[in-house]
Amino acid sequence: MPGPVPEAEATGMRDHTCELLFQHAVAPRTFLLGLRAADLASRARPGQFVMVRVGEATDPLLRRPFSICGIRPPDVLLLLYRVVGHGTDLLSRTPPNTRLAVLGPLGQGFRLPAPGTIPILAAGGIGIAPLIFLAQAVGDGGLRLLCGYRSQAEVIELGRVLPLTCAPQIATDDGTAGHHGPVTDLLHAAMRNLPPDRLRLFVCGPPAMLRAVARIGRELGSPCQVSLEAHMACGFGVCLGCAVPSADVNAGPYWHVCQQGPVFDAAVIDWQTPGKNT
Amino acid sequence: MNPRMDVRLGPLRLRNPVLTASGTFGYGREFAPLMDVNALGGLVVKGLSLKPRAGNPPPRIVETPSGMLNAIGLANVGLERFLSEKLPWLRQLETAVIVNIYGHSLEDYAAVAAGLKGVEGVAALEVNISCPNVAQGGMAFGTDPVTSARVTEAVLKNSDKPVIVKLSPNVTDIRVIARAVESAGAHAVSLINTLTGMAVDVERRRPVLGNVSGGLSGPAIRPVAVFMVHQVARAVSIPVVGMGGIMNARDALEFIIAGATAVQVGTANFVRPATALEVLAGLEAFLEAHGHASIAELTGALTTG
Repeated sequence: MPGPVPEAEATGMRDHTCELLFQHAVAPRTFLLGLRAADLASRARPGQFVMVRVGEATDPLLRRPFSICGIRPPDVLLLLYRVVGHGTDLLSRTPPNTRLAVLGPLGQGFRLPAPGTIPILAAGGIGIAPLIFLAQAVGDGGLRLLCGYRSQAEVIELGRVLPLTCAPQIATDDGTAGHHGPVTDLLHAAMRNLPPDRLRLFVCGPPAMLRAVARIGRELGSPCQVSLEAHMACGFGVCLGCAVPSADVNAGPYWHVCQQGPVFDAAVIDWQTPGKNT
Repeated sequence: MNPRMDVRLGPLRLRNPVLTASGTFGYGREFAPLMDVNALGGLVVKGLSLKPRAGNPPPRIVETPSGMLNAIGLANVGLERFLSEKLPWLRQLETAVIVNIYGHSLEDYAAVAAGLKGVEGVAALEVNISCPNVAQGGMAFGTDPVTSARVTEAVLKNSDKPVIVKLSPNVTDIRVIARAVESAGAHAVSLINTLTGMAVDVERRRPVLGNVSGGLSGPAIRPVAVFMVHQVARAVSIPVVGMGGIMNARDALEFIIAGATAVQVGTANFVRPATALEVLAGLEAFLEAHGHASIAELTGALTTG
């Protein structure tokens, strides 16, 4: 019999079989899902993600990537997701006690804000998911949480996810809840009169919002970390499907969201080029 | 008694017939935390070119019914970094390490083959002939029997390894190409590479993939692949390695009974990283349940008519 491979890399990544404990809608087509996953719950860091196999059939074929939204100690891993297609629709109909294949924890998470800095977390829509985990890990010492939604109906009551003590500020595109306008308005207001070099921006949301916040951080001199999303087949650096343009000439033209991300310093992303060739 | 699982692809001996396909298994090491890589019959590493290549603009993949389209653009570390960064780990393995190579000219192919000549730890070469030939206006080498044979000859002339030629299904008659590379001296053929396809974003009226077209893989292509393996196995006398949407042992058995000596598991590695080992266990169980002494007994055991 062949022996074991010489050296299994200590990534902590495993292919887990996890029991789905519960899931419920927290906004239209938006679900909070709990998995019994002791190993993942103990290893996962804010900003990391998992790849979940939805069903046993070949359609959908690929696993779906989900940000980890938080931990309910000691062993419950929380995912918060919006139904956007066939895979997430099927997942939303999956009943409790179902066993799901869950690969993780995957990717590089947020670098936590150092003492003395002021973290500002800005979310666009379902981009709130990894930021809830970050807020849970950081605690609410001076933390500001800004949430943008299209409309009041989409607003997620964070108390239903985790007992966070910081009160989020809300902005909606249509003015049906909170500030009428983009979440970047709230960001400008939150940054006003604070020393930019002490601020730390953490962002997750749609591409246009990420680009806007990255620009604000760059112009005002506040370090900014962004959590990116991309189509991917594997989640661990094999398919190379999740390429995003790099602004770091020494690193090559692309980063891979699953391995070097999903969290990046905004400064290393090329925000101008949607796709560039070699 | 346990059935014999070892197979031969010409001069290449494999401890079992289950390999992992190029582009779906990285450089092997990525899977080490998830499975015993050494239990494989062999692994085929990511397609290697002379120079490093960063790949295509995103989006690079999209899921389709029971399959996926990819347009990665053959991103890889290039020959030099493969030898210095990837091979030292691969060399420690007990399983066969097969290096998939490609180029955009005959000289490219020859140079990569020459760079791997005499290199310890490389059991065989698999030659991707589905790439565009720059000298012929970008027509893929593998769509023409003459250029397919020339690539095969160029690699063989510069190599001391067994050479497996990986065939493209995007041709009128795959048997013509298979016979051409056999005549040129290939030790085995593997098939099928991905089928060319496209997906359209109807809201934006744009191709979904940054490269417009991509290669279709996964269970959706399996019946096409099984038939091509059947055709090629009857057209040539060198061994055939079958692949295309294998998700489990029964899928693998279709290819073997249709004429494959060995199989490669590809897209399934993304879905369940240890699929290849499940396939292997399933093949052994099938042989025992049906009283076969060896996997070789099943190759081409198809009854027709």
